[in-house]
Order: sequence, then C-alpha cells, then structure tokens
Amino acid sequence: MKYPKDGRFGEYGGKYIPETLVPAIEELEENYIKFKDNKEFKKELDYYLKQYAGRPTPLYYAKNLSEKCGGAKIYLKREDLLHGGAHKINNTLGQALLAKKMHKKRIIAETGAGQHGVATSMACAVLGMKSEVYMGYKDTIRQKLNVSRMNMLGSKVHPVMSGSKTLKDAINEAIRDWITNVDTTYYLLGSAVGPHPYPVMVRDFQSVIGKEIKVQMKKISNKTPDIIIACVGGGSNAIGTFYPLIDTNAEIIGVEAAGKGLKSKFHSATLSAGSKGVLHGMMTYLLQNKEGQITETHSISAGLDYPGVGPEHAYLKDSKRVKYHSATDAEVIDAFLTLTRTEGIIPALESAHDIAEAIKVAKKSKKSESIVVTLSGRGDKDVEEVQNYLNTHDKN
Amino acid sequence: MTRIKEKFAELDAKKEKALIAYIMVGYPNENATFSAVKGLIKGGADIIELGFPFSDPLADGPIIQNASTVSLEAGTKINRFFNIVKKIRKETDIPLVLMTYTNIIYHMGYPKFISKSKNAGIDGIILPDMSVEESKEYIASAKNKIDTIFLISPNTTKSRIEKISKSSSGFLYLVAVYGTTGIKTKIHSYTLKAIRDVKKITKGKIPVGVGFGISTSDDVQKYIKAGADAVIVGSAFLKIIENTSQNKIESRIESFTKNLKSQTKSKLTRSYLK
Repeated sequence: MKYPKDGRFGEYGGKYIPETLVPAIEELEENYIKFKDNKEFKKELDYYLKQYAGRPTPLYYAKNLSEKCGGAKIYLKREDLLHGGAHKINNTLGQALLAKKMHKKRIIAETGAGQHGVATSMACAVLGMKSEVYMGYKDTIRQKLNVSRMNMLGSKVHPVMSGSKTLKDAINEAIRDWITNVDTTYYLLGSAVGPHPYPVMVRDFQSVIGKEIKVQMKKISNKTPDIIIACVGGGSNAIGTFYPLIDTNAEIIGVEAAGKGLKSKFHSATLSAGSKGVLHGMMTYLLQNKEGQITETHSISAGLDYPGVGPEHAYLKDSKRVKYHSATDAEVIDAFLTLTRTEGIIPALESAHDIAEAIKVAKKSKKSESIVVTLSGRGDKDVEEVQNYLNTHDKN
Repeated sequence: MTRIKEKFAELDAKKEKALIAYIMVGYPNENATFSAVKGLIKGGADIIELGFPFSDPLADGPIIQNASTVSLEAGTKINRFFNIVKKIRKETDIPLVLMTYTNIIYHMGYPKFISKSKNAGIDGIILPDMSVEESKEYIASAKNKIDTIFLISPNTTKSRIEKISKSSSGFLYLVAVYGTTGIKTKIHSYTLKAIRDVKKITKGKIPVGVGFGISTSDDVQKYIKAGADAVIVGSAFLKIIENTSQNKIESRIESFTKNLKSQTKSKLTRSYLK
C-alpha cells in the first residue's frame, strides 16, 4: 500500500506536534514501517480479525430497501456485525498488537460515541494490556451504555470537562496525557486523523473493509461497485472503504453530518462547509471562525461530532475523486427507521447518515447499478437517543 | 539587533540572567492585562510573553486552558490583541513575545500575521504545536522581522537540538517537564541534566530559556544554577491574577516578580543589593 514518506496527502497532513511527542511519533513510525509488511505480524492480526472480531463481514443485499427505493441494488457492508458492534475493532486490534510489539504497557485512547473506546478496551483486554479512555463529558451522558461497557472491560474512563466536552476535547486531553507519559504510553488513535503516521496507519488497518468489498462484489456480480457510500466524521470507516477501490470507476461519496442544516451553526460537515487549518497535529479542513478559533459542532451522532477530518479526505475532496455530501439529523432519523423497519437492521446513527444518502442516490439510479454502503456500526447504543428525538419531534 | 538580542546582551554585561513572564491577554479582562504588565515591568521582568488564546490549547494545563476560555469569552480578538500590544509598546521598550497556536497565524496567513505583529511591536513568536519540519513557510515569512522561538524538550536528540537551534532566533525554549504548562512542585534531575546538555550543544550561540511548571523563586534559582540563560514563569502569574482584585493586581504582580527576579542576579549583585 502507498506510504507517503513525508506524511502529506497533497498539502494536507504533516506533523504539527509539541516537541516532546517527536521521539514517540518517530518510534511509532519506525515500528509501523517495520511491522506493517512483517509476515508474522500480519498472520497474528489476521488471526484476531477472523477468529476474534468475526471477519470477513457479509456484503448483504438489502432487497427490501432496494425495492422500496426502486433503483439500484443496495448492498450493505456489515461492519455492524463485528465484535463490539462497529468497524473500530479493525484498527484497535492492529494498533494494540503494534503497541505490544513496541513493549508499551499503557494504552490511552479518545472516544466520541464510545465505539472506539469499547473496541480499544476489548483489544487491550484480549492482548493483556491496560487502557484508559478519554471521553467528552457530553458524550458520556448521551452514550452512557458504552461507558458502562468500557468500565466492565477494565478500562478507566476519564470524562473530559474542557471545551465543548465532545470528541475534539477528548483528543486534546489524550494528547496532554501522552505528552506527560510519553515514555510508557501508546496513544491508540481511533480515526484517520492526527499527526503522521496515524492517518495512513488507521487507513491501512481499516482497508480490510474495501478489500473485502472488492472480492465480494466480484463474486456477486463479477464487477466492481458502481457507487460506494460511507459516512465521514474523522473518516476511518470511509477511508478504509474507499482506499482499496479508489482506482476503480466507482462513484465514491462520503457523507457528513449536516445536523440542523449546513446554513445553521449546528452541524459537523467539515469538508462541505469548512476551511483549511491546523488542529490535532494535522493540516486539514476545519470548522473554524474568522479568527481561526475552532467552532463547536453539532450532530445527533456523537461519532461524527468533530470539527476536523482526516487529511486524506481533504485531499480526495480537492482532487474531486470523492464527493462529499451531508445528511441532516431529520434525514438521518428517517433513514434509521427505514432501515430498521425494512431490513430489521438497527444502524448506528453515524451509519444512518450513509443510509440516508443511499436512499437519495438509489432513487435516481438505474436498476442495473449497484450501490455499496458501509454500515459501520450497529445502533443499540442509539435507541434511547432516537426515542428522545421522536418524543420531542412528535414523530413515530 | 532585535530587542530580545539586545536584552540578553545587556543582561550579560550585568552578569544577570533573564526572567521571562507569561500572561494571557484578556484574562480575565483587558484592564487586568494592562495592570499586570505594569507590575511585571516595575518588578523587573526582562521579557514579557503575551498569550493569545486558542480554543484548543493542547500543550497547556488547566490554568492556561481556563485562562484561554475566559479570555475568548471576554471577547479577545486578534485585532484587539494588536491594539493592546501597541498600547503597551507606547509605554515600554521591553521585548514582547507572542505565544499562541499554529492555526491562529496560519489562518490569517503567515506573512500578514507576522507583519501585523511586527507593526504592533511584537518581537518574537512561540508556537508550541509548530514542529521545525512544518515551519519552512513560517520561518521564511518571519526572517529579519520577528524572532522565531522554537521549543525543545528533555527528550529531544542532539541532532534535533542542532537543527532546531538553527531555525530559532531570540532564544531557545526548553520545556522543563514531560507534561503541559502549570504549577509543578518537583524539580527533576532530568531537567537539570537537559539544561547542561543543551548548553553544551548550543555553545552559547543562542540563549536557552527554561519554562513549564516553574512557579517559585527557589525553582528559578535552581534552574539558573544549572545554567539556564532565562527562566519562564506563567501559570503562577495567572493564579495571582485570578485571586486578586483589579486594584491590587499591579502591586501583587510587582512584588512576586521582584521576588523571582532577585534569583536571576549574580551572587555579587544580590549581596550588594542587600
């Protein structure tokens, strides 16, 4: 897989980090390069992905949903069926194994919706390591089920009270911890963001999604998908889906959280409405005000509630290879209920963003076409949030 | 010669080391900033670092994080900041250094931000999240206009220290501890060793200032004794500002500054002053 030595995707990416972290980032990069193509390492990771996490995941033909939309065949890449209930485990197993090879005893992570925190706690439990997870206070309330899961899995959860009390502040706090305990600690970042080599490393570990789609689609239809859709917060499931299929003719669409609408201040659509800047060690698109202060974001899904985005997505947007659209909270709730009721699959609110887009696209597409949607996680964690939304918005 | 360079030369001639004081502009309001600056100057601070708040200060501990939030909520904006600097500059020739995060100056554009800073009377810039690898455009924009003060850490390798000192002007900022800014109670032997090592590597070509976690005159004395050319105190000043009513800020900052500054003078000068 292509490895950008300078850590740049076009002008995006790089390493904007406090000097104290430089030796740790260098050590990480050295080890990642050493192990990524190492036979033993790959074999071990493959074992855990298959036997522990449940790979490969099915590429399910959503017949009812497709017929309801009346256009292309919609296929769901069922990352929601993975152990832990989301694609996050692909990355946490990879990084936790790497941390083990690096003899790191203490693992820290940030989490938004809690799925990465849970996946980190699981990987650390099975590999015999200790983990601590930073989570925005606001997210600990709206995703409290995942807080309990992390606690039971043996992780220490630190609620973060600073800033907007969501994912970006959890990352700030994890970085502060890392600066303080740089010698002993491995920072297990959950999305394709942060300083190099994280964006490329997370992409590589998540690329198993796109690779499987390629093989499965070939088996089903003897071709590659016509349209590929995934949701984008930091963008790890999306880049893992897109990257192995980037050289095909597929139309590729990333879906951001439009919250209460792009014209309101309450959204998290970084690529659709943001501008260039530097945050969390990378140059990328950011939601910021005229002064360069990062603005508060909003999304009904905690996992997409982030004012930045992975630098490779910024590059793919500028190069026009990938289109970035968005879905509003209202559209997402509709899509959530539609998938739940047509297919009996409860999607995570994050993944319901790409279902919303798939429904729009399918209606305009030909029956001969195929749409692959990465269903990045399951929605058990979100049912209370959705119920509250329905109660307050008088829908059902 | 830049103001910072002149200051170090002047101190050198007096066999003194520098006391650098950090405050967050607009914390908790502009009046407090002006009073604090007066107190710092009267108390004998050699260089003043003015913090400009950023929404996501990831190298800062709770005290400066809180000061950033309060300052932003009080309405601190870049143009206001430059006006404050201009006002201070009218009253004093003390070197003024801006400390903020990369995105603030990237967002305006390096050349524009730097000429505005220079025009207002800023002498140097510190960006704790700007690594030397990413700094080409920044340094090119700042050349011959403003000093670029880079940070090094006790875990920075010799070859990197050499590389970073070449990109630095004014002084080199040695981070004393593994951690964020804030008041710490312990002096680590690794810090004292780092000071000695860095001094050996830089061979006096650029002054070395030590900061992060330094809050007492005792700390100042120990770091100076280990060979630091300057000691930087920040959170301790903010703590005083937080706990002091507006009309007493100037005098309390002045007396605390005097206390710290006395430790940067040579023994001879100190006994003479008694």
